[in-house]
Amino acid sequence: MVAAVEIPRDEQAFLAYVQDGGQVEVADWMPDDYRAKLVKFIEMHGNSELMGVLPEREWILRAPTLQRKLALTAKVQDEVGHAQLIYRVVEDLGKPRERCLADLVDGKSKFHNVFHYPTKTWGDVGVIAWLVDAAAIISQKALLKCSYAPYARIMKKICWEESFHILHGRDVILAMVTGTDEQFELVQEALDRWWGPLMQFHGNPIPKEEDPMYVWRIKSQGNEEARQQFLEGYVPQIWELGLTVPDPKLRRSDDGTWEYTEPDWDELMHVVTGHGPKTEERLAFRRGFLDREQWVRDAVLVA
Amino acid sequence: MIFEVFRQERKGQAFEHAGSVVAPDTDFAEAWAREQYGRRGESVALWLVPRDAIHDVEDWADEFDLKYRRVDGYSIKARLKEARERAASRPR
Repeated sequence: MVAAVEIPRDEQAFLAYVQDGGQVEVADWMPDDYRAKLVKFIEMHGNSELMGVLPEREWILRAPTLQRKLALTAKVQDEVGHAQLIYRVVEDLGKPRERCLADLVDGKSKFHNVFHYPTKTWGDVGVIAWLVDAAAIISQKALLKCSYAPYARIMKKICWEESFHILHGRDVILAMVTGTDEQFELVQEALDRWWGPLMQFHGNPIPKEEDPMYVWRIKSQGNEEARQQFLEGYVPQIWELGLTVPDPKLRRSDDGTWEYTEPDWDELMHVVTGHGPKTEERLAFRRGFLDREQWVRDAVLVA
Repeated sequence: MIFEVFRQERKGQAFEHAGSVVAPDTDFAEAWAREQYGRRGESVALWLVPRDAIHDVEDWADEFDLKYRRVDGYSIKARLKEARERAASRPR
């Protein structure tokens, strides 16, 4: 074996190190800016896992069959588990979990746009489980190569569980599109509602060289790259079911890139800064649980 | 207390670092590690190690050039080329 690589203790050299594929461990020296960006990014991911279960939780009691109820419950359990793993990584970087949770319920930190919207019908549950999870897994797979190694390692387990979630979502969708006309219609309506947020999900198409999360190699691809990958992978799957994507401009050009109507970036900004249709209600729900369960955390800490 | 969690996927395989848990004692650490790293049957065994107990070795002095013990210590491309050229020009 070649001698171990020294992590450079200088911001420029450190930057070159991570850009060259170098990885960093918890005890290693890192620039303050890198640490701050890691905390911001990973905390937002943790928040999204924790908030992402709420739209689905609303459907556990209303799931159409016992099997669906069990699958949905397992999925909710998985996502909360992901939040636990992720907050642990944030905690190791210097921000305690209690503060992450407090900032979340106080509206001081963000979570993904898609979890600010209501779930109107069971069709929404299918679209979330299939397409929102598909969009998410594209981002998450790009984190397997994250320059911060402890985060990259937990992503392995998270991606492994997400693959079941997508299949579950696809199964829900397939059951509905092969059912009655009304069931098919529920899926189409849900797709119409979710397409906008889905197209906003990967963020505005800034060149990746200008994206600090890419510059530090926290993520390994640019926003537009992720969106193109989503379109390439999933639009054909949507079309083959006879569903219509609500974007007349959507087409695959000859060079293989997808053209689409410019997503509503104002809506994205508005929603993620805490003004989504369900933001306040869901944060209030979390706040309530945090208060009611304070005694559990207290009891464990004195143990 | 921080416990590092190592998991083994199948009997006989190496334990691999998976993540960490914070717990007031070993019992809680076990409960949470089971929940977070073994709930789906993805591990056959876990090692929980207090982070403080890990003795980290990271500096590898390489003051001697020991490349002769490694594959990258041998670059035969140029010599091989020369040998082939000589072989071709050698009268038979």
